[in-house]
Amino acid sequence: MALQPAITDLELLKERPAVACLLSGLPQALQSAKFDRDELTLWIDSIHLLDALNLLRTSSGTRFTVLADLTALDWFPSEPRFEVVYSLLSYERHERIRIKVKVNGADPYIESVTGLWAGASPFEREVFDLFGIRFQGHPDLRRILMPDDWEGHPLRKDYPVEGYR
Amino acid sequence: MPSIDQFRSEPVVETIGGDRTMVLNMGPQHPSTHGVLRLLLEIDGETIVRIKPDIGFLHTGIEKTCEAKFYQQVIPMTDRIDYLCPMTNNFAYVLAVEKLLGLEIPPRAMWIRLMLNELTRINSHLVWLGTHAMDIGAMTVFLYCFREREEILKMFEMVAGQRMMTSYFRIGGVSMDLPLGFLDYIKNFAAYFPDRIEQYSDLLTNNPIWLGRTKGVALITKEDAVELMLSGPTARGSGIDWDLRRDMPYGGYDQLNF
Repeated sequence: MALQPAITDLELLKERPAVACLLSGLPQALQSAKFDRDELTLWIDSIHLLDALNLLRTSSGTRFTVLADLTALDWFPSEPRFEVVYSLLSYERHERIRIKVKVNGADPYIESVTGLWAGASPFEREVFDLFGIRFQGHPDLRRILMPDDWEGHPLRKDYPVEGYR
Repeated sequence: MPSIDQFRSEPVVETIGGDRTMVLNMGPQHPSTHGVLRLLLEIDGETIVRIKPDIGFLHTGIEKTCEAKFYQQVIPMTDRIDYLCPMTNNFAYVLAVEKLLGLEIPPRAMWIRLMLNELTRINSHLVWLGTHAMDIGAMTVFLYCFREREEILKMFEMVAGQRMMTSYFRIGGVSMDLPLGFLDYIKNFAAYFPDRIEQYSDLLTNNPIWLGRTKGVALITKEDAVELMLSGPTARGSGIDWDLRRDMPYGGYDQLNF
């Protein structure tokens, strides 16, 4: 199973249902794409996040009805510092894709997807708690794992693994 | 967007039902929570009209700990994500690392992993079934389930030297070959276990008390299950025909029939 090089050329990926769906329905949302190790990742402009997710969810060619996971990455010290990651799954077509949205480090916030998937609420609270990214429109954004009076966001890369803060 | 400080607050304890309902605090330590979990219940008589879970009491920051470890050192951490699913979590982790490396593993290791993964699943289901039945008043089932679970833990001890925190899987395979006699043991288990499932079924399936306490209680529709991001047996319980092993096979499941 030798590794194939990753494909990042949109021209080569435009046949993929998710890419085709966005290119025809919301081309301004799609920033870039990468196909690596049998996994497709799409970078979406944060302004169009909800529209893009809703399009992928409802469009008959994609039907990514399931939000399987929602998490974040910290690329400290590069900028934009964070990426919020949405793993979508289609029960009908047996396919997964990963949606990534870049979020800047100075004032990290992004639109909440709880209007599309109510179950995203605890996931967004976890990302808020551990990365300090705020979700606009979340019905009840509070810390979920750490105590309410905790200082800092433990999964940030500039937060120490051991010792006193 | 408001600042972070605004989000620091205790859960709101205002009732939605006015004078009819009351708020009851359950946990963090309570005999039926199996772990440390606090639930703020708003109840109308015996009906829960709203619930606010407060989790995190068992949060150990495994992801943070893993930041400062080598890839091999993470395997024992994955055991501890769920003490009923050590091998399943080992499996998910090593598969991810193998995918990153583009690593092909020997067929024997693949089959050993699959067997143990399925035993782990049965082990987890047995603890679920036993404790769930016990919580709603059917004590006997618990003892029956733990009888078979014990056999599975013995098999874990045979392969890994540990009953629960096995750390048996490795990136690229498993830590060592199966011990002599293991295959006979597992064949024997596979031969008598279906009959044991019948025994659990005899105790519960037509039991009026168990039916009365489960049937139609907290029904989740198919649409709600998708919107609430439910997965696995919970999603199947809501009528979603989805089994990852069958529908998007990984780690060798494509060679099995379902």
